Amino acid sequence: MTTPFYVSPEQVMKDRADYARKGIARGRSLIALEATDGIVIVAENPSRTLFKISEIYDHIAFAGVGKYNEFEMLKIAGVRHADLKGYAYSREDVTARSLANAYAQTLGQVFTHEMKPYEVEILVAQVGDAQQDDELFHILYDGTVQDEEGHTVLGGQAETIAQMIDTRYQAGLSVDDAIRLGASVLGENDGQPLAPEQLEVAVLQRGATGRAFRRVKGDELGRVLAG
Amino acid sequence: MNERPLPLFGPGFDPGPSFAELLRRTAPPDAGQAHAAGQQHAPVDVPHGTTVVAIRFADGVVLAGDRRATSGYAIANRRIEKVFPADDLSGVAIAGVAGPGIDMVRLFQTQLEHYEKIEGEPLSLEGKANQLAQMVRANLPAALQGLIVVPLFAGFDERRGRGRVFSFDATGGKYEEGDFQVNGSGGVHAKNWIKAAWREGMSVDDTIDLAVRSLFAAADEDTATGGPDLVRRIFPTVAVIDADGYRSLDDEDVARRATALLGGAEEGAGE
Repeated sequence: MTTPFYVSPEQVMKDRADYARKGIARGRSLIALEATDGIVIVAENPSRTLFKISEIYDHIAFAGVGKYNEFEMLKIAGVRHADLKGYAYSREDVTARSLANAYAQTLGQVFTHEMKPYEVEILVAQVGDAQQDDELFHILYDGTVQDEEGHTVLGGQAETIAQMIDTRYQAGLSVDDAIRLGASVLGENDGQPLAPEQLEVAVLQRGATGRAFRRVKGDELGRVLAG
Repeated sequence: MNERPLPLFGPGFDPGPSFAELLRRTAPPDAGQAHAAGQQHAPVDVPHGTTVVAIRFADGVVLAGDRRATSGYAIANRRIEKVFPADDLSGVAIAGVAGPGIDMVRLFQTQLEHYEKIEGEPLSLEGKANQLAQMVRANLPAALQGLIVVPLFAGFDERRGRGRVFSFDATGGKYEEGDFQVNGSGGVHAKNWIKAAWREGMSVDDTIDLAVRSLFAAADEDTATGGPDLVRRIFPTVAVIDADGYRSLDDEDVARRATALLGGAEEGAGE
């Protein structure tokens, strides 16, 4: 029997992280912005059926970048987590924080124990009664959770895009302003403005009773972008 | 770690878009067996919901129910709700044992929303009715012991552009009704009233009035059905479902209609 080569744990982790980052960098970026009347999520996505942004629960949305089958599986697990909790307790007891923790546990576990880490970065957003109650949890491939304020960017060119958003984001943006800001920044990063068909946009409407998640698409999106 | 872990399933074990199946996969092995064992006779002292009606009109369906729950000869609750939204375009009205009925509605609401979120599009109206039929069937062992729940399901069918009404029996049989259906102890009186007055292409206002009036007729003849309570201001629950979705009429609106009908009570009020 041959003895396997010794590889230091640091090296193993670094290799896995590089692998995951490389996978994520291949995909296009996604932006989430807090606005006065809701949370806006804008993604570059030419497909109208394979979504990156999804509804999880009344005030909670999910978004993922990277490998579609992996974040789609995480989305479904999130819907199940939320629906089970809401059914067992009450709708008010379903929170983004608890879901973000569950995601972090799973991603962390997979990162250290499985053959291959997930090549995904995900966002769990929860709209509050007031803007200061909004929550944006940005979760990385290794289970690291970041609690973001105001806005966050996921995906390959996150840093460049985040800098562009930083200089132009102001408190007091409306949902429509935020959609325009997100779309124009994604377009500038690509070097050309994006048409409505290349964008996937969803809003968590503040103050909605029941389900706050709404997709902005088609003619409505065209009007908002033109406005 | 206090958090519930993410529910993940290996291939072959995935519950798909079914919430009921997901509950079974995640429940401890002995949960849900409580009612199957022991008691062979129905306990009489649990609240029963009584009369509900569903009536189709030109653009959709009206669902309505009285507010009384009875427990034997006693009134268990004067303000119980028996009409619930199932999702944006459909509603359920329950008659029978109130506890399991309300629980079934909650499971059904969760199921419809769960399916929509997992699959990315809502079930068809027929699909929703079949889901509810499965839940009624799952309740059969309890029904045989007297804990019977029989819902009425009504909704707006977007593909066909009209309202539809479904009724069920305790074994999970699902029957589509042409124009209207009733359920509960006072149902027969309500149905006779509706049958005499229903016309094709009724307006929403006329249909709401007919529903309220039929419940009064039921309350007139059936002790378990609650009539309009002018002292406590308790009036039937009424919901309208059409292309714009499910909306519950507010109490004031129903009160106004009920009072107007009472003003004209001579019609059909013979002793």
